[in-house]
Amino acid sequence: MADVINAERQVNGRPVGTPRVRHVPGEPGTWVLLFGDMAVFTVVFAVYLQARGQRSDLFAESQNALNRNFGAVNTLVLLTSSLLVVLAGKALRSDRWRHFASRLMLSGAAVGACFVVIKAFEYRERVAEGDTPTTNEFFMYYFVLTGLHLVHVLAGLAILLALSRLVRMPELTTTHIAFVEGGSCFWHLVDLLWIVIFPLLFLVRRS
Amino acid sequence: MSALIRTNATLVWLALSGLTVVSWVLGTQRSLGGANHVPASVAILVVAIFKVRLVGLYFMELREAPVTLRAVFESYCIILLGLLVGMLLLG
Repeated sequence: MADVINAERQVNGRPVGTPRVRHVPGEPGTWVLLFGDMAVFTVVFAVYLQARGQRSDLFAESQNALNRNFGAVNTLVLLTSSLLVVLAGKALRSDRWRHFASRLMLSGAAVGACFVVIKAFEYRERVAEGDTPTTNEFFMYYFVLTGLHLVHVLAGLAILLALSRLVRMPELTTTHIAFVEGGSCFWHLVDLLWIVIFPLLFLVRRS
Repeated sequence: MSALIRTNATLVWLALSGLTVVSWVLGTQRSLGGANHVPASVAILVVAIFKVRLVGLYFMELREAPVTLRAVFESYCIILLGLLVGMLLLG
């Protein structure tokens, strides 16, 4: 029972009222995965910008066909979902609000699911206008980058649903707390990646 | 409930949402940079990386993480900013 903690009385694995200690959110191994993912996307961003530099007119013309409103609204959707997940974590550590943690986590997943719906409308609009990954180089990168990110969104939503069940348990072990923190950080990574993908694909241009 | 919502993360969410709207306006208005959109695009990328940093520090709670982990994240932000702005300017 030594590793069983009562989340109502502890914050980040320490009793309430004691000085803050620096703490790795989730398992250290989670950060290898998260930074690895960030590195892979960074390479794709660099490859995209290099290709853009070589065929800037084609990229600018194709980018103009995109509906920027979809991208911007989806940014706000992910930011709001992330905030709900942060609040779920905060509720989990509080005596008063712990019973809200599961509902907040579920709300985060529900708002996050709106991203998928909006993305479906966005893809439908593209395909209706005849833009597919084989149309030209820009749309190849557009579908690869947004598609890779969408896979992360779907994985993140599954994690949030699992966490919403986990936080309903009356007692959480330090391992459970690490799952909640690590899973939440993965969801924030999904948000973080979109914060770069949106301007890169939809907004940034030379003329 | 308001006590739960009154947190740094909520203020950061407001800032992130506001910055998203700023980027949206910068990215959709053609007249801001005349025929040359590079200055506005650089501003959009700087704002994006600032937002990435806010998500890392406040949502992922890296502000309270061990110095090494935070340093890796801060380095990632600097490298990403340099890479994206550099490639945009040189491309």
